[in-house]
Amino acid sequence: MTNSQQGHSLDIQRIRADFPVLDVEVQPGVKLVYLDSGATSQKPVQVIERMNQYYRAENANIHRGVHKLAEQATEDYEAVRGKLAKFINAAKSKEIVFTRNATESVNLVAHTWGRANLQAGDVVVLTEMEHHANLVPWQMLAAERGIRLEFIPVTEEGVLDMSALPALMELKPKLVSFTAMSNVLGTITPIAEIVQAAHAAGALAMVDGAQSVPHLPTDVRALDIDFLVFSSHKMLGPTGIGVLYGKEALLEAMPPFMGGGDMIKRVKLREFSTAGVPHKFEAGTPAIAEVIGLGAAVDYLTEIGMEQIAAHDRELTAYALERLEEVPGIWIFGPGIEHKSSNASFTLKGAHPHDVAEILNRSGVATRAGHHCAMPVHEKFGVPATTRASFYLYNTTEEIDTLVEALYKVKEIFK
Amino acid sequence: MDDLYREVIIDRYQNPRFSGTLDPHTHSYEDDNPVCGDHIRIDLRVDDKDIVTEAKFTGEGCSISQASADLLMEKITGMPVADVRGLAKQDILDLLGIELGPVRLKCALLSLKVLKGGVYGLDEVMSLDELAES
Repeated sequence: MTNSQQGHSLDIQRIRADFPVLDVEVQPGVKLVYLDSGATSQKPVQVIERMNQYYRAENANIHRGVHKLAEQATEDYEAVRGKLAKFINAAKSKEIVFTRNATESVNLVAHTWGRANLQAGDVVVLTEMEHHANLVPWQMLAAERGIRLEFIPVTEEGVLDMSALPALMELKPKLVSFTAMSNVLGTITPIAEIVQAAHAAGALAMVDGAQSVPHLPTDVRALDIDFLVFSSHKMLGPTGIGVLYGKEALLEAMPPFMGGGDMIKRVKLREFSTAGVPHKFEAGTPAIAEVIGLGAAVDYLTEIGMEQIAAHDRELTAYALERLEEVPGIWIFGPGIEHKSSNASFTLKGAHPHDVAEILNRSGVATRAGHHCAMPVHEKFGVPATTRASFYLYNTTEEIDTLVEALYKVKEIFK
Repeated sequence: MDDLYREVIIDRYQNPRFSGTLDPHTHSYEDDNPVCGDHIRIDLRVDDKDIVTEAKFTGEGCSISQASADLLMEKITGMPVADVRGLAKQDILDLLGIELGPVRLKCALLSLKVLKGGVYGLDEVMSLDELAES
């Protein structure tokens, strides 16, 4: 299996040339093999240059001054909203709210929609495979408000136990909030089915797309998603910027998030009126360069095509699962390739995940070891930590071969 | 060839000499490294002359954290509590005989943190960050 002819049209060598970091030697003579895109993706030169260009020649604050640069910066910043709306097939640009990251997007919904709509005893349904970002904000609200949290269980195989859904929906939840792709198990969840069940029960549906949006095509209207959260830095964009998609009517009805400049229409000494959507959720000067950088990332992904990227990630994951299974003593978490993509989390008998990651690093292989901000799902499978290799459009089957060879070195040390 | 995974570390990780719990004990304390979830519990028996007569640990974690715990239990067995209180970062590094980067340093120091929690009581313990920078 060669890396550029796998039945789809991704020209990996051309793509790799766009990512300067892939040429870095982590030790003399040892090239980086970056298998940690689930934590954060690398950035193509198009994104880096776009942000440099902004700071070199275009820097100005937005939604204020009437001078040339301020007008241009405002226009470029707002244009990214349009690109993102198109990218996830939202009906309107104003349904895209900029936050700091997916975590802040969840917190925004919990803080504003949650406080306005949830009372003691109200049920919010989550899943057992959530990242802490879609768990702790609801736990905080449970502690403050007495809302009740219920969970769609995870099966032994590592998929959601959909047979539990009808009983959970009979609790008449107000919100069902769930990941579209587990950051540990790689599991792709049945979004349409869960959203439909939520709506039939009178609940809103919120999707954590932090892992799915970078890897799979997303269509919020076809899926009828009420809220979608995701992060720029996992989809080739810079850190410091995240997205909240919300249906316009929902966003309109929500109270503002943080107070300050930009989120107001009018301010008197003792009162204020809020700006319209989306600005009422974007207090203060935002991460302008980062938003513009994210725009370049969306252009990059769009040009290659999310369908192609999804196919590539899936093939790499299938190859990785096949190769990893050869390694004696390995335990790979999560379902088979028919239900997953983009990562493989595993333990190796006799070696702690941190030691595994440390020894992989000597071969230049960057993975992540730990609980990946999802302690409950690790508890479910009875392990404190795993090593996770995660894949993206710039990865090759040769890099997975390097991973597997390096795993044999781990076994040699911990024999 | 391999500094980090010296034979002594792999050996102590795979065959710890001081693994277990003590019942009864005079001191017992446990803690986590929140960054990685490593966990160590240490039980001590201290006699009326304030000497550690027995020390055992249980835990879950990487080879560095578990090997350093085992070596530390060996070192403090027979040691006056006053001397245990004086143990510092460098003593652990000397036991391991390796250089450690900032992340693995905290793996190595978890057992010292737990030990100090046991012999000082909860309030006077340095955090792992403080220990690493000490």
